[in-house]
Amino acid sequence: MADRAARGQAHLWVVQRITAMILALAVLVHLATIITAVRGGLSAREILARTQGSEAWLGFYVVFALAAGLHGAIGLRNIAGETLGWRGRGLDFCWLGLGLLTAAFGIRAAFGLYA
Amino acid sequence: MKQLKVSVWRGEEAGCFARYDVPARDNQTVLDVVTHIQRELDPSLAYRFACRVGMCGSCAMTVNGRARWTCRTHVRKVAGADGALELRPLANLPVIRDLVADLAPFFDKWQRAQGFFKPKDAPNGAVPDEFAVVAPGSEARREADAGIECIGCAVCYASCDVVAWNQDYLGPAALNRAWTLVNDARDGARGERLDAVAGDAGCHSCHSTRSCTERCPKQIDPSGAIAGLKRTLFWDSLFGGKRHG
Ligand code: HEM
Ligand code: SF4
Ligand code: SF4
Ligand code: FES
Repeated sequence: MADRAARGQAHLWVVQRITAMILALAVLVHLATIITAVRGGLSAREILARTQGSEAWLGFYVVFALAAGLHGAIGLRNIAGETLGWRGRGLDFCWLGLGLLTAAFGIRAAFGLYA
Repeated sequence: MKQLKVSVWRGEEAGCFARYDVPARDNQTVLDVVTHIQRELDPSLAYRFACRVGMCGSCAMTVNGRARWTCRTHVRKVAGADGALELRPLANLPVIRDLVADLAPFFDKWQRAQGFFKPKDAPNGAVPDEFAVVAPGSEARREADAGIECIGCAVCYASCDVVAWNQDYLGPAALNRAWTLVNDARDGARGERLDAVAGDAGCHSCHSTRSCTERCPKQIDPSGAIAGLKRTLFWDSLFGGKRHG
């Protein structure tokens, strides 16, 4: 029987790989948007014209923020475990919380552009 | 005659190097050099070997900073132009004395990874009535074949950074063995074994850096085997499916 801790660790690994796949796509969309957006100067009006009231953009940024927050936090967890020896189930929940918190900031910003 | 300048680790964890001059020969393995030192220069030198032909896996040491099997490593391939050789016990393992590392943690982890055959049809070790039919060209058979010739030398284990960073990490050889068994149709412990190799102590800590694969003297690819374990566990972790079968 796998102990629950090992199972949880495997889940974190899966989340990090899936978010990496999402990020690979999202970063491409993000870059394309940046390159298009800066043509002829970057203006707040132009950005809001694109994002305000657009569920598609809101959805994209929510997914992007969640993926980046979770992926980064789980990655930092691995680094902390390997280089500082910070390990344990309690810390895992802290990292997960940190990832969700980071994502929440991103989602709040996306809402600001949508509303 | 040209001399090899050989620095050899003496003592335990806290030891130091001793210098020996050993006559260079045209055809000479690193193990020959160690044997020369022990027979001719210093009989108190501790080292380990058995088969001398690359089968038993007992002669591995750190040669000029790299883990190698010494009985099949030619001096001319590894010594510098000045004939310098530096010999240490294998890394990532406790040192017993001189060139002898303690392999107990390495083999304990094989056990923890369930790296042993558990016959499906014959729980009591009895010979099953029927032979298992395994198609030689089947994917599972090829995966098992690729990893089965491991001699347990621990060269990969000594070369893996994750082993150095995480003392619980099962390491490339144990995970490679587990993968051969996961692919063995006759084995009855697939589920337990996949459980045993999951998580931070198991395959999910591997960074796929492939040092193990590069250094393995038997051209085994533990890194690829670990990737196989991760792949097998991926869907299971996603949906929490039963691993048995
Ligand atoms: C194109 C998008 C991305 C892809 C495909 C990607 C992929 C990966 C993969 C496969 C790993 C695991 C490496 C390993 O186990 O050795 C990883 C680790 C990591 N990623 Fe990303 N990543 C992406 C974007 C990001 C972003 C945007 C961040 C920052 C928020 C980030 C932060 C990290 C960190 C901190 C690690 C841990 C390093 C480690 O475990 O060695 N990544 N990434
Ligand atoms: S591929 Fe994995 S097991 Fe092999 S040396 Fe790198 S981290 Fe260790
Ligand atoms: S996988 Fe290769 S390097 Fe590792 S113990 Fe087996 S034979 Fe030695
Ligand atoms: S002495 Fe047996 S493998 Fe080297």
